[in-house]
Amino acid sequence: MSRATRFAPLALLLLIIVALIWRLATPSDTNVHSTLEGKAVPAFALSAILPNKPPLSSADLTNGQPHLVNVFASWCVPCTTEVKVLQTLKDSGVSVEGIAIRDRPADLAQFLASNGDPYDRIGSDPQSQVQISLGSSGVPESFIVDGKGVIRYQHIGPIERSDIGLILSKLEQAR
Amino acid sequence: MRCLLLLVALAWAQPLLADSNLPPAYWSDRQLPDPKQEAQAEALMEQLRCLVCQGQSIADSDAELAGDMRDLVRRRIAAGEKPAAIRAWLIQRYGTWISYKPTAEPAAWPLWLAPLALLLIGGWLIRRRIRVRRG
Repeated sequence: MSRATRFAPLALLLLIIVALIWRLATPSDTNVHSTLEGKAVPAFALSAILPNKPPLSSADLTNGQPHLVNVFASWCVPCTTEVKVLQTLKDSGVSVEGIAIRDRPADLAQFLASNGDPYDRIGSDPQSQVQISLGSSGVPESFIVDGKGVIRYQHIGPIERSDIGLILSKLEQAR
Repeated sequence: MRCLLLLVALAWAQPLLADSNLPPAYWSDRQLPDPKQEAQAEALMEQLRCLVCQGQSIADSDAELAGDMRDLVRRRIAAGEKPAAIRAWLIQRYGTWISYKPTAEPAAWPLWLAPLALLLIGGWLIRRRIRVRRG
């Protein structure tokens, strides 16, 4: 056995250790991204969930203005803080639409009463069917849809205060 | 003391990903009346990846979203849609990530070529051994 082949297993072991350390230091992205970015919003028509709130359909998103479509739920804990950031966005002129996943009217009314209500429209998605058709994999998630109804950006996880600049610039690009 | 307080607080903490208060979708845990359709749905569900418990199929997962996806699969199969069309519809939204069935795209080539390469290496090793013995 030559000297080089004798050290081959050791070299292989070192290579594996380096690879493992590298993956531990920079974990891979476990988010599942929607592949609909750059494509039209799939057609949907959700019914209203609250009497004082108009429902949401894909036709509402093609009025020439960009929209922020927020996939949320009253039972989703991070949504309670995100909704306050959405209010800030709403106050700066963004039209915010909601898709309520697996929600009950009473729970949602309570959620909006205690956390604020930035939504222009809310559609009810009791079996996550529109969520799946959007390529969304959880709550909260948000989609920026341009005036022609094309999805321009998907935000996975809650929109934090520090994301406001990013969201506004994405909305500006969608104009 | 502060540590203890934190531990006590942790015990009361709500899980980040809570479940909704709605019952599971109708077809999520109910078999289709037609056994042939149910078999088709079952086969497809075992090849679709759960978005929440990544690494499980939607047939195995207890996540609510997996239940809603089983409902979607059974509903569409019952309406006469082909399993391949449903898979394609989901891949259009989530990419090939959603399907456990390996594709022929370049990223999967090593997967297809590995058995062949291992077989060749094995053959070469055996040949060497036989030669050594003869010698």
